[in-house]
Amino acid sequence: MRGFGKYMIFLSSLFVRRESFSTYYKLVIDECIQIGVNSAFLFILVSTFIGAVTTVQTAFNMVNPLIPRFVISQVVREMTVLELAPTVMALIYAGKIGSSMAGGLGTMRITEQIDALEVMGINSSSYLVLPKIIASMMMYPMLVILSGVCSLIGGYLVGTFIHIVTPTEFVDGLRFNFNPTEISVALIKAVVFAFLISSISSFKGYFTKGGALEVGIATTEAVTTSVIAILLMDYFLVNIIL
Amino acid sequence: MIKIRNISKTFGEKMVLDGIDAEFEKGKTNLIIGSSGTGKSVLLKCIVGLIMPDKGNVFYDLRNFTEADKEMKTEIRREIGMLFQGGALFDSKNVEENVMFPLNILTKLPHSEKLHRVNDCLKRVGLENINKKRISEISGGMKKRVGIARAIVNNPNYLFCDEPNSGLDPQTSILIDELIHEITHELNITTIVVTHDMNSVMGIGEKIIFLYQGHKLWEGHHEEITNSGVPELDDFVFANKVMSKMRHT
Repeated sequence: MRGFGKYMIFLSSLFVRRESFSTYYKLVIDECIQIGVNSAFLFILVSTFIGAVTTVQTAFNMVNPLIPRFVISQVVREMTVLELAPTVMALIYAGKIGSSMAGGLGTMRITEQIDALEVMGINSSSYLVLPKIIASMMMYPMLVILSGVCSLIGGYLVGTFIHIVTPTEFVDGLRFNFNPTEISVALIKAVVFAFLISSISSFKGYFTKGGALEVGIATTEAVTTSVIAILLMDYFLVNIIL
Repeated sequence: MIKIRNISKTFGEKMVLDGIDAEFEKGKTNLIIGSSGTGKSVLLKCIVGLIMPDKGNVFYDLRNFTEADKEMKTEIRREIGMLFQGGALFDSKNVEENVMFPLNILTKLPHSEKLHRVNDCLKRVGLENINKKRISEISGGMKKRVGIARAIVNNPNYLFCDEPNSGLDPQTSILIDELIHEITHELNITTIVVTHDMNSVMGIGEKIIFLYQGHKLWEGHHEEITNSGVPELDDFVFANKVMSKMRHT
């Protein structure tokens, strides 16, 4: 509870003694490039392969000849939109971006760079962390959309290449009984997960004490705590929204 | 001028600072000296507000910093330049960006003016034509000098240096000390240097405060330090072999 209280105070500190809008604008753009553009390749790669594997495994389990083949792509669509793109990719995002945020801030803390900002009269938490959270909440939903598209493309390519489904069946399955609300659910999840990952990781990194060993510990704790928070919040969001 | 009154700080059970009173004068190089673990850096961090003291007050030209609200603290801090022990330069920025950083955040000067001031400061610390070098590409001594340039770029009223010559060779140490001393006189600012280097003490110590186990045991000028009559200070001063030889001759 004490840690949670400290986390809430940390979050409230992001909004006091802020710098000018132009300062944040530049920082947010830089973070967007680091978070979004530099993560795109990993997201494309992982999503495409997971989409392909999901298609093959779904087809492997569809042994009843009475079930039409287009159900394969319908299953892939549901898994991708509701779980794979927002949640599974959030775990990867926590590993890549969360650890980088915690490690970066932890190193800045132990090398007195954060103290240097404070001595200059800058609210270091707001200056360093707020742009990361904003950029994360902007970029992660885009990465989720990219991930969803790549996953379906991966499923389509493999499914048609090894003749599990025909192209027409696959597209029919994607369109069959499609509920657009699911996209909204995925995007709401994406925004919430992005906030959790960036704020928890920044919190862990920002309050690092000690040396290189402690930076490593903070990084590990950031990823672990983020993953637990994602899984818990996933359960609550699904219960609330769906 | 900076005054500190009855500053005390405890970490857990350990009393690190116990009722320290001192005045640091404007236009002088004020030194806080003492062995490792005597609370020098903690005192400096209490003065700049990085650590909140348990008791006592810090006054910046009669403005009570310890009890000031956040806006007043920010205002005072924007008059401060600080050189950290490890430099605390931002790895993600090059030399020019590091020195320009306080100007970018604290002023609305046009870029050309900022660049002019950055180049002036780099020239002042003896570093020219390294503007675009990354921090990882420069030596320890250069990092300290870039740190000094960053600390003075915004024309501070108060300059703080935490062990400015730690990890440097004797020649570079003297250069850094002289630089701090010259800048203090040139800009007529209040400078506080934390050190345990006797070369610095004898070279630039215009006002010296000696800390021992969290207490202030002595204060004075470097010319008086060898005749202080304080055994703990004598042990500290004459631990240095050169000083010890001087004493015996």
